Amino acid sequence: MAVTFTLNGKPTTVEVDPQMPLLWVLRDTLNMTGTKFGCGMALCGACTVHINGEATRSCITPVSSVSGKKVTTIEGLSSDASHPVQRAWMEEDVPQCGYCQSGQIMSAVALLSKKANPTDADIDDAMSGNICRCGTYQRIRKAIHRAASLQATK
Amino acid sequence: MADRFALDRREFLRTGVTAGAGAALLVGFRISAYADDPAQPQEKPRVNPFDAWVRITPDNHVTLILDKSEMGQGIMTALPMILAEELCVDWKQVAIEQAPTNPKIYDHGTGGSGSVAGSWLPLRRAGAAAREMLITAAAAQWNVNRDTCVAQDGGVLHGARKNFLTYGQLVPTASKLPIPGLKAVPLKNSNDFTIVGRDTHRFEAKSKANGSAKFGIDARVPGMQYAVIARCPVFGGKAKSFDAAKAKQVAGVRDVIAIDAVGKGAFTAGGVVVLADNSWAAMQGREALKIEWDEGPTASESTETLRQQFVANAAKPGKVVRSDGDADASFAGAAKKIESVYEFPFAPHATMEPMNCTVHIQADRAEAWVPTQAPQWAQEIIAKVSGLPPESVVVNTTLMGGAFGRRYQADFVMEAAQVAKATGKPVMVLWTREDDMQHDFYRPASYHKMQGAIGSDGKIATWKHFQTSTSIDAMWGDKGEAEAENSEFGTASFIPYQTPNYRVEYTLAKSGVPRAWWRSVEHSSSGFVVESFADELAALAGADPLEFRLAMIGGDREIPDFGNPKEGKPLRTARQKAVLKLAAEKAGWGKPLPKGTARGIASYFSFESYTACVAEVSIKDRAVKVNRLVYAVDCGRAINPNGVRAQVESAAIYGLSAMLYDAITIKGGRVEQANFNDYNLPRIPETPLTEVYVMNSTEEPTGIGEPGLPVVAASVCNALYALTGKRFRRLPIRAEDLA
Repeated sequence: MAVTFTLNGKPTTVEVDPQMPLLWVLRDTLNMTGTKFGCGMALCGACTVHINGEATRSCITPVSSVSGKKVTTIEGLSSDASHPVQRAWMEEDVPQCGYCQSGQIMSAVALLSKKANPTDADIDDAMSGNICRCGTYQRIRKAIHRAASLQATK
Repeated sequence: MADRFALDRREFLRTGVTAGAGAALLVGFRISAYADDPAQPQEKPRVNPFDAWVRITPDNHVTLILDKSEMGQGIMTALPMILAEELCVDWKQVAIEQAPTNPKIYDHGTGGSGSVAGSWLPLRRAGAAAREMLITAAAAQWNVNRDTCVAQDGGVLHGARKNFLTYGQLVPTASKLPIPGLKAVPLKNSNDFTIVGRDTHRFEAKSKANGSAKFGIDARVPGMQYAVIARCPVFGGKAKSFDAAKAKQVAGVRDVIAIDAVGKGAFTAGGVVVLADNSWAAMQGREALKIEWDEGPTASESTETLRQQFVANAAKPGKVVRSDGDADASFAGAAKKIESVYEFPFAPHATMEPMNCTVHIQADRAEAWVPTQAPQWAQEIIAKVSGLPPESVVVNTTLMGGAFGRRYQADFVMEAAQVAKATGKPVMVLWTREDDMQHDFYRPASYHKMQGAIGSDGKIATWKHFQTSTSIDAMWGDKGEAEAENSEFGTASFIPYQTPNYRVEYTLAKSGVPRAWWRSVEHSSSGFVVESFADELAALAGADPLEFRLAMIGGDREIPDFGNPKEGKPLRTARQKAVLKLAAEKAGWGKPLPKGTARGIASYFSFESYTACVAEVSIKDRAVKVNRLVYAVDCGRAINPNGVRAQVESAAIYGLSAMLYDAITIKGGRVEQANFNDYNLPRIPETPLTEVYVMNSTEEPTGIGEPGLPVVAASVCNALYALTGKRFRRLPIRAEDLA
């Protein structure tokens, strides 16, 4: 079945099983591997993308459900890692292994789009669905605060 | 590389292992061509640094080669910094590239917190050799004395600025010059360092912030298939029969095949493989398989039966590992004494990127994309399975979504090689989270009975440590069960606290559960035991935990590595005391805290580095809340202090994970946990404020990926004792323990 949606601003049509999770459509059908597989059950947040601006776990989202919607992945944030959250991530040296960071960044961007200047409690709420086994949480917290000020001075 | 882990790993690699059907898989351990090899007094054949380590184009683009695997520890930044320093190039201008897998030139194996320690001198020599050759080439071109020429900013300068030749201009000549003797090549004075020792951003951070970083799971090869494997959920079991009819009806499924289990060396489970056009179809196909399992000989094992074994073992004397004085007599006759039991479960690595490997075997060559800490081993396995010579097997080491020791294994490589051989097509074997959780090589489960006494002088009169565990060496070691204790004690067999009566005993516990190296290996348990029990003895002596430790360590001296006296660096008590004092000072040890909050301290020596940690804790909603961790670490010269701090911050969370959640339990010979719903990990709200103070040192660099871990649970549980008066001796801490 053909499913059509907007992916990082471009109209995209895929011919796949409509039940196939968006994660695997992105990774295996479209070869966009920035979005990661971690658990397959929406427990770790590695697969987080934006659907119509909302942070969503793509591993349990059937591709048919995004028909006609706007999907943004890590590849769509900027062409050159210039998004304020990406810059803050680099300046604070957040990533270690880096595997969970696409999901962390997508969650952080969604948070900042709703709360331009989040508190630590806001960060805990918005980010607790994203696991980082390297334990970069302290730097994630700093980077979100830094991104908030980068966005404010943009 | 002197830790017991490294030694075992080295022995293991040197002696080789047997993989399936008696096929010897000889995996040679080769020390880098730029290292001193004590076994070979003659200098080894000289490797041209321009072939192995540095590539410079005529337009002066400098590429530095990395032979270790980047798994998050920052080695892709730290090692090239060393090369760049000696080479005198601008760090901001260099590119970094993963070395091709070639154990004749490189020492690829990445583990044991040994990469910086082991590469420091070889990479300095390689960078310096290249620099000297470039200077020689410049001097020849100008026809001047080479002593009047200096290397700087990616070129060679003679006198005035107009006499400047870039490395790009010089390299065609320089790379053909004689290679300097590596022990004679002049190394930079460390006072002149401009790169080493400076906080440096992670080289590949950008690719990890924009999604372009390529991990093993991101390998994409034209025509590739995706495979998932149904493995017997019971360790040691295998498929008796299977029906693939329904699986083959799943859209996108291409084939279903069986692969055999492979024994020592790979330790794969074998199973039924579903090959498909995409990962999801393969997973759906696996769901549709009907398999009858033969559950094998250890199907009745459980966490309870293992604990019964531990208790029974602890009731009898163990094999004597160390005995100074007479611990039993002194304990029997002591007035002030204590006996405590510490317990640890199996722990999984739980890397965020599940295991995977992509292999394509063709008639005359093979190529693989492997997230591995041991690419040379992957190459050997694929060579063996394909029947090709290793030189015809191209192994591309990819970035890794975490490793922590898990990716030093080659089980997932063996599986992918078997499937690739069977199909002739490029194939990715992909593990799901459930596969990863249930078919790991776990940190051993262990049980420690401690007996200690305080004499009338307030000093430690007795220290007796009995351990029974599911040893790593029983499974992997050259001598197997005969020397099972070798992998289980680490620094617990040469503690810095003085006592005349010191005894260490061991009894192996049998288990069908696979075990191997988990972040900080035996130190993860032995560090907790030693530093908790030292705290118990401090309380028994009525002393302040910090003062007691400093007093029991006593004067400045060197304590030989008991398990590895020849290769292991001795523990230097001055450095241990220094980190204790620094952590205490920075944490405000002894100063008042808000009500409901308390401090605890711990300090440990592992991977030749010294760490101390002060924890501040409280209890909230019947759960441990770690508010602050203050670390002091001494890992010798810190190449990239920013990276050192990151590694310690990371080990802190990994250690908290082991303290708060990490319990793999066994029932019916299988793992009960499957995904992050029944196996939790620390998340951002549990993250303490973590401060890391790095000792300013000119000592040789030592490990830092793992040493941050052993002190976490100990410092936290010692703080909990200060808060509640209760000792926490069984990890992870359960809610009922806090009641």
